[in-house]
Amino acid sequence: MAEEHIILRAENITKKFTGVTALDGVNLDVHTGKVNVIVGENGAGKSTLMKILSGVYPDYEGALLLRGEEVNFANPKEAMKKGIAIIHQELNLIPYLSITANIFLGREIVNSFGILDFKEMNRVTKNLLERLECDISPRTLVSELRVGQQQLVEIAKALLEDAKVLIMDEPTSAITDSEIEVLFRIIQSLKEQQVSILYISHKLDELFIIADRFIGLRDGKMVGTIENVSEASKDDLIRLMVGRDIKNMYVKESTDFGDEVLRVDGISLPKIYDKSEFLVKDVSFTIRQGEVLGIFGLMGAGRTELLETIFGLHPKVMTGTIYIAGKEVKIKSVMNAVENGMGLVPEDRKEDGLVLPMEIFKNISMASVNQVVKNGFLNAQTESELAKKYIDDLRIKTPSYNESAKNLSGGNQQKVVLSKWLATAPKILFLDEPTRGIDVNAKNEIYHVINNLAKNGLGVLVVSSELPEIMAISDRIIVMSESRITGEFTQSEANEDKIMKAAIA
Amino acid sequence: MDIKNTLIKFQSIIALLVLCIVLAILSDKFLTPENGWNIMRQISVNVCISVGMTLVILTRGIDLSVGSILALSGAVAAGLLKFGIDLPSMNLYIGFTVFGAILSGLFVGGGLGFFNGWMITKFKVPSFVATLAMLTIARGATMLWTGGFPITGLGDNFAFIGTGWFLGVPMPVWITIVVVAIAVVVTKRTKFGRYIYAIGGNESAARLSGLNITKIKVWVYALAGILAAVGGIILTSRLDSAQPNAGISYELDSIAAVVIGGTSLSGGRGSIMGTVQGALIIGVLNSGLVLLNVSPFWQQIIKGFVILIAVILDRINHPNEE
Repeated sequence: MAEEHIILRAENITKKFTGVTALDGVNLDVHTGKVNVIVGENGAGKSTLMKILSGVYPDYEGALLLRGEEVNFANPKEAMKKGIAIIHQELNLIPYLSITANIFLGREIVNSFGILDFKEMNRVTKNLLERLECDISPRTLVSELRVGQQQLVEIAKALLEDAKVLIMDEPTSAITDSEIEVLFRIIQSLKEQQVSILYISHKLDELFIIADRFIGLRDGKMVGTIENVSEASKDDLIRLMVGRDIKNMYVKESTDFGDEVLRVDGISLPKIYDKSEFLVKDVSFTIRQGEVLGIFGLMGAGRTELLETIFGLHPKVMTGTIYIAGKEVKIKSVMNAVENGMGLVPEDRKEDGLVLPMEIFKNISMASVNQVVKNGFLNAQTESELAKKYIDDLRIKTPSYNESAKNLSGGNQQKVVLSKWLATAPKILFLDEPTRGIDVNAKNEIYHVINNLAKNGLGVLVVSSELPEIMAISDRIIVMSESRITGEFTQSEANEDKIMKAAIA
Repeated sequence: MDIKNTLIKFQSIIALLVLCIVLAILSDKFLTPENGWNIMRQISVNVCISVGMTLVILTRGIDLSVGSILALSGAVAAGLLKFGIDLPSMNLYIGFTVFGAILSGLFVGGGLGFFNGWMITKFKVPSFVATLAMLTIARGATMLWTGGFPITGLGDNFAFIGTGWFLGVPMPVWITIVVVAIAVVVTKRTKFGRYIYAIGGNESAARLSGLNITKIKVWVYALAGILAAVGGIILTSRLDSAQPNAGISYELDSIAAVVIGGTSLSGGRGSIMGTVQGALIIGVLNSGLVLLNVSPFWQQIIKGFVILIAVILDRINHPNEE
C-alpha cells in the first residue's frame, strides 16, 4: 500500500482556532530524502501545519500517515519517538546547561547506580557535533554559543533521536551567511542519509539552492507544488506563494538631500569584559535630510551595537562624538536620544519593540505620551485619534485601535512600532532589520513608508542583512565587518559582489 | 460568547456576591450594618497596602517589606506623638502634633520604599531579595525604636483616625476610599500609570521607547512604602497602640488580595479595583468564617484554597501567559 517515496502524508488536515480556520483541508506529501520546501505568505498556515506534523497541536481534523500508517501524536515527544523532529524558529535550549546536557535532556544515559554517565554522553555528543562539522567542546554552555551554533545543537538533538523527518522553521533567519553555508551542507548530507526535510523560509534566493520541491500554501489551503525546481523561476515561486504576479521589487526613488541631520565621528564600543576588544570600532558617517543610509553586514558585524550606541544604550562605555544638525550632543540615555529627535525600531519587535499585551493605541503613543496628556490626564479621544491617524496612514490591518498588539500579524506589528516613532516627530529614524520575518507584501509596504519618510525630510538609517533589500531601499550603503566599516557605496556604485566582498573583509 | 466574557470580567464581583448570599443564609449576623462596617474597617489596612502592592506587581516586581514598613511607620508616628524628640544632653526637645507625627510616619514609609526602589534599580537587586532584606531591616528598626514594647496612650485626636466616624462612615473607610480613588485615576488616566503598565508588559520595549524606568520604579516602591505607612497609622490609631510585631505576614494577605483580584504576577495586567475586590473577598470570607465559628486552623486552609482557585480561574482565562 505504502508509496515508497512518501514518508509522511497529511490528508485533508483542517485546524480551527476560535473563530479562525488556520488550515482548511490541506493535503501534503513529504518525499523521502528530499528537501520539501513550504512557501506561503505570513498567516498562510505554515507554522500551524508544522505544529500539527510535529505533535504540538494534537487536535485537528484529517489524518497523518507515516509510511502509510495512520499516526496521531499527543505531544512532540511522541512525534520525536516516531522520528519526526522540529527545529523551531525560536530555539528551545536551556542556556545554562552544556551542549551535552541539552542534547540528552529527558533521555540521559545513566549507569547502574542511576548516576549520569557524562563520559558516554559527551562522547556521543562529540560524534554528533562532528557529523555537523561543529568543532566545539560538548561541555560548552549553550549560553556561550552563537545562534547558528545553537541551531546545530538543535539539529544534533534531533539526530540523536534518529529523526527521519526534520522540520525546519525559518532556520536561516538569525544566522550568518557562513553558518548558512554550513547548514546547507549539513542538509545535503542528511538527505544522503535518507533524512527527509520539511523546510520553511521567506528567503527566496536560498530556497533555490536548497529545495528539491516546493509546496505552496495560501490562506490555509494547499495551492500547488513545483516538483521540478530547476525549471522554476523566482516569479513562478512568488506566484505560487501569493497567487499573483508581483511587479518588480521596490526601488527607491531618488530625492534631493537637505542639511546634515546626524553625524557621528569615531564611535567605538568596547566589549564589557575585555576593553581591548570592540563591538564597534571607530565608525564615522553622516546622514542628511531625505537620505536613506543602509548598513549591511553579517550577523555579529556590530550593526545593532552601533545603533544602540548612538541611541544612548551604552553611554558609559562608548567613545566618539555625535552631532545632530551640526551641533555636538551628549546622548546619555535613550531619553536623551528621543529628546534629540531619534527613534529606533529594534530588530526584535516582540522582545523590544512592542508591549504585546497592550492595546495598539497605547503602543503608538508610548514614546510621545505628552502629546495626549491634557491638564495632567491622558485624553482618550486625542489618543485614539492619534492611533487612528497612523492606522490609516500606514494601513495597519486591525479590527480596532483597541486591539492588543499581540493579535496582529508581524508586518502590522512592525507598522505599530513605526507609528510609535513617527508619533514622536523624529528627525532621524533607525530601523534594525525592519522586515525580518514579514511577508513580501508587507515588506513592500514598509519600503514605501521608509521612502515617504525620507521624502518628508527625515534621515533614515536602515540595518539589514538581506542584500536585495539593502540595495533596493538605500541611497548609500555602508558595509560593516568585524566591528568596523569596510566599505561605502552609493546606490549606483553598489552591486552584490562589492558589498559581499566588503562584508567578509 | 458575550455572556461568557461578561462572566469572566465580573468573576470577582460575582464570587463576592455569591459569598455574601451564602453567608447571609448561613448566619443571621452576617448581613447587618454593624458587621458590614466591621468588615470594611478591617480590610481598610489591607486595601491601602494592597493598592501599593498592585502598583509594584504591575511592574513585575514584588514587595515583601510592607508589613515591616507598616510597623515601623506606625511606631515612629506613635513614638514622636507621645515622646517627641527629646535629647536632654543637647538640650533639645521637639514636640509633635498629630499632623506632624503622621507626616513623619508617612515620610519614614516613603523613605524605606525609596530605598527599596534604589536597590532594585541602581544595584539590580531582584525586588524579591531587596524587599526581603527590608522586611528584616525595618522589623529590626521597629524593635529598636520601641525597645520591644508597645507604645500606647496616643490621645483622642490620634485615635479618631482609626476609630472615628465622619458622615456616618468610619474614618479608615474614608481614607481607603480616597486612596483607592486616587490610585484608580493615577493608573488609568495618567502618564505615570500608563508607564507602570508598559514596564510590566515589556520593560525592554518601554526602555527603548525612552521611558525613565529607574524613576518610575523608584516612585512605585516609594508609593508602596507610603501606602504601607498609611496602613500603619490607621492600625496604630485603631488599636491606640503601636505594636512592635504589628503587620507580620501582612505582605502575604496583600499579595493574596492582588492575585485574587486578577493582577498578573508577571506584570502588565491587572487593576486597582480588582485588588479592592480581592481584599473584599478575603475580608468577607474571614468575617463569615468567624461568624460561623469555623476554627482558625480551617480558616487558613480555606483561604489558601480560595487563592488557588482564583489563580486557576485566571490561568484558564489567560492561557497564553507564562
